[in-house]
Amino acid sequence: MQQKAEFDQRVQEALNNPQLRSNFRIAMDGLMEKRSNAFPDKSFMEELRVLGSKIRANALAKQPELLEQLEANCTRNGIQVHWAETIEQANRIVLEIMERHNATRMIKGKSMVSEEMEMNHFLEAQGKSCIESDLGEYIIQLDHETPSHIIAPAIHKSKQEIAKLFKAKHPDIPYSEDIETMTRSARQVLRSKFYEAEIGLSGVNFAVAETGTLCLVENEGNGRMCTTVPPVHIAVTGIEKVLEKLSDVPPLLKLLTRSASGQHISTYFNMISSPRKPGERDGPKEVHLVLLDNQRSKIYEDDELFDSLRCIRCGACMNHCPVYTRIGGHAYGSLIPGPIGSCIEPQKFGLDKFGVLPTASTLCGACGEVCPVKIPLPKLLHRLRYEQVRDDHTGATNGQGSQRSGKEAMIWKLWSWAHANPAVYRSGTRLASLFRGAIPNKIGPWTRVRTAPKIAPKSLHQLAREEGFDHE
Amino acid sequence: MSLIQHYPDRPEKVYFFGTCLIDLLYPQAGLAGMRLIQREGVQVIFPQDQTCCGQPAWNSGYRNETRAVVLNQIRCFPKDYPIVVPSGSCAGMMRHHYPEVFKGKPEEALVNEFSQRVFELTEFLVHVLKIELKDLGEPVKVALHTACSARREMGVADEHEALLRQLGNVQLVEQARKAECCGFGGTFAVKHPDISAAMVADKAQAISDTGADQLVSGDCGCLMNITGHMEHQGIGPRNHHIKGQHIASFLWERTHATKS
Repeated sequence: MQQKAEFDQRVQEALNNPQLRSNFRIAMDGLMEKRSNAFPDKSFMEELRVLGSKIRANALAKQPELLEQLEANCTRNGIQVHWAETIEQANRIVLEIMERHNATRMIKGKSMVSEEMEMNHFLEAQGKSCIESDLGEYIIQLDHETPSHIIAPAIHKSKQEIAKLFKAKHPDIPYSEDIETMTRSARQVLRSKFYEAEIGLSGVNFAVAETGTLCLVENEGNGRMCTTVPPVHIAVTGIEKVLEKLSDVPPLLKLLTRSASGQHISTYFNMISSPRKPGERDGPKEVHLVLLDNQRSKIYEDDELFDSLRCIRCGACMNHCPVYTRIGGHAYGSLIPGPIGSCIEPQKFGLDKFGVLPTASTLCGACGEVCPVKIPLPKLLHRLRYEQVRDDHTGATNGQGSQRSGKEAMIWKLWSWAHANPAVYRSGTRLASLFRGAIPNKIGPWTRVRTAPKIAPKSLHQLAREEGFDHE
Repeated sequence: MSLIQHYPDRPEKVYFFGTCLIDLLYPQAGLAGMRLIQREGVQVIFPQDQTCCGQPAWNSGYRNETRAVVLNQIRCFPKDYPIVVPSGSCAGMMRHHYPEVFKGKPEEALVNEFSQRVFELTEFLVHVLKIELKDLGEPVKVALHTACSARREMGVADEHEALLRQLGNVQLVEQARKAECCGFGGTFAVKHPDISAAMVADKAQAISDTGADQLVSGDCGCLMNITGHMEHQGIGPRNHHIKGQHIASFLWERTHATKS
């Protein structure tokens, strides 16, 4: 139960931090409003979501074949494809590419898979430098933090906090809380890094099997710089990002940008189809694609839970989650926070490590309602609650049964017995009504912020009998 | 829910499933629900063997323990009458989750037949009974909190509102972020009391900020959570905590002199 205690500790810290609470509340309110405004026509949205979920479901159904096709077409285009079953293998592949080029400096576009790999730590331990060029990632790298949101990694910080951070790290740049000025100063610091880096690294939003094309969605232009300025570009992604056809991209892109930030289209949309060709004046001389499994194949084995692989990483589920809004991303203790993180991370790293996450939801359904590819998030969280307490040892989920406690199981057995036997239930409620005066007015944490519920003098069973509703 | 729900014609008889929370804590809400239906000329039967829909165990991951409880409810409602439930949460469990509980089990067909007969109270009043209410109460300002399960699982948020809007002296006010969860979530409130407390504090404040005299909800779990917090904190206009009522009690109290 250590994970629960640690989770509770992080939750406490977050809830008791008014600045953090306000940063998330304001940001999430803004993102929800933007999404809502981006879908003025609800039937258009619904049709698009149905289409998006079909495209993703189709790609997953055909994933093994599509991955082979992707490899063949990328290779034909001159993109070198590498397979990594684990994050160690993926890091090793990246390191080997760097060493082959005697490279020491990497400039990075935003990539959650590289975060999953903890690539910066790995490469820095090997004497390499990795500079994040996405503004949010750059901010958290300066402060040695992890992302608190999958598309807005520094969303937990206010502009004043960022201004102070910039001043501390770059004392020579004048202090400013003006967002444009701060962005310009980050741009100024980063500009030379693009030219110095021997390696540019990016993530991938969609990998198109039909054409061997890597699609990258971004707003800052840093993604395009990372993938074109350095002589070598390495793209890292999870195997579930593969799509069947190029025509699958537009609907998903429409859904992604609208759901994530309320944009009709992102400022930049890159389609990377090959390294620099003979006669071309720019672009990287080498392009590598690292395809990471890291438990995705295991998630894939379960007919229900494999829906979590449909995710296109828009972040709408966390933006709309009342729990995420209260506690923020870091409290989850996992790389991906919010509802989708609570589905994926326990499956990847085990319920023994992250079993608390599926319980940290009221199952209110806000996440499932906004998911652009209709992942039934509440249903999956619910399923994981079952997986963590089941004791038949038949499922495939990592850490199955690990959260089962003898005491809790006994309580539910008793509860079940009482509610499956009407005579027992009625005696129980009769006793409760009779001794309602003896019910304490302090009941655990419930009454820390609420009054205790009051048991009625007569149950509905009794009132229904008295009023003659009990028979035909 | 984007699925279109098909409603039956007005039946002669209905079953009423009171829910365990109403049974023990809010029995007047259950009684009011039955009286509203009865007043429309439909006979209401309350089987005495009913207990709980099984949701607490189901949401805690105890699926085998849920099944025994579900089977008891199914035994209680054997005839083909509609089953009316004064809670979006319990109705959602019985209509949408019972089939999941028994998926692939021998009882699956029986359970599916049962689930299709389950209706949340307000949708039943609006769509099946086509109830027309005449308001006899004093002018009052009311905030409505619709449970997440009523809103998203049962899709009856509009029905809650439509019923309140039939009452001429009721001014319905809208709280900020009205579709956001109140933080109850059943066992969530017990397992994660601090997060739940933060959520209910915001909800209570938003409701209080409307200046409403009264809070109405179709679900007693939310009601117990929100009004419990208001009472505890003394939140409400003029430092009186806002009175909370189940929608059935509220509708009945404001209309029942018409035919009595």
